[in-house]
Amino acid sequence: MDGEFRNQSGLTEFQANLLNDFQRDFPLCPQPYKVLAEQLGVEEKIVLDHLQKLEEQKFISRIGAVVTPHKAGWSTLAAMSVPEEDLEEIAETVSACPGVNHNYERSHDINLWFVVTGPDRFAVETILDEIEATTGIDVLNLPLVEAYQLDLGFPIQWN
Amino acid sequence: MNNIRPQDQVNAFDEIDRAIVAATQSGLPLVAAPYEAVAAEIGISADEVMTRLQAMLKNGIIRRIGVVPNHYALGLKANGMSVWQVPEEQVNELGKRVGALDFVTHCYSRPQHLPDWPYNLFAMVHGKSRDEVFEKVQVIADLLDDADQGHDVLFSSKILKKTGLRISRSQ
Repeated sequence: MDGEFRNQSGLTEFQANLLNDFQRDFPLCPQPYKVLAEQLGVEEKIVLDHLQKLEEQKFISRIGAVVTPHKAGWSTLAAMSVPEEDLEEIAETVSACPGVNHNYERSHDINLWFVVTGPDRFAVETILDEIEATTGIDVLNLPLVEAYQLDLGFPIQWN
Repeated sequence: MNNIRPQDQVNAFDEIDRAIVAATQSGLPLVAAPYEAVAAEIGISADEVMTRLQAMLKNGIIRRIGVVPNHYALGLKANGMSVWQVPEEQVNELGKRVGALDFVTHCYSRPQHLPDWPYNLFAMVHGKSRDEVFEKVQVIADLLDDADQGHDVLFSSKILKKTGLRISRSQ
């Protein structure tokens, strides 16, 4: 499909459709990619090749299940106020802890933000305690109280 | 402060479910029969994988199965976490309205920790630039009006680790 018009991200219309149309209701049948191919009117191999390419180019994080927070396990958003000169070292220590998924530096006095997940609340809070003990820095524990927006996928603008 | 609601605790979630979720969260393989591949890894049948996934979708453990796009690579390079201090008694009503805005990808209430952290409503806003994020944050500010008792926007200056929200395979 080279030579085809691409949008700002460098996606062809076909690729944008692949990204947009299957963010939910991915078929639960023996050959799901074949179902996608039939809907798009192409061969199964074309779908697999393009998804592979989109994954390699990091346009797709993954094709898989998105879990509901706190339904089968526990998670929290945690944050620390880390001196700039120690940030790299402490971020590395935090990232190495089991259950730490996202770890971002953010523009605020409270500058290190990460998500911790575990099988239950106790396990998560134990990890936070360990991080506090190891780094000597207080950890802000901000578990969600209520979610107002179901993550139903996100439209990718085509043009 | 942190409500653990008993109805949210799902007891019918066993080790096989956990293994399936762990395997599918890191991504379905790009092969003709992906559930078969997941099944082989766990040591059960593909039918059981699909049946259990269907059951977990139904009881809400899994919210969706599908393509998870990477907003950053797609040009939404500014990712602003807007945080808001709103009256606690209004947080649910306001959260629903903010969460309904099409540019808000996640919207949650979280506990305040005074005096360091007064913000109890979080709304993640993605945009092509910081200016675009600020424009969208202004839309939220207008919507909240007097209920906005203070807000801030935290941009991620560095991604130090990102693997997607996962649950662990074993306890």
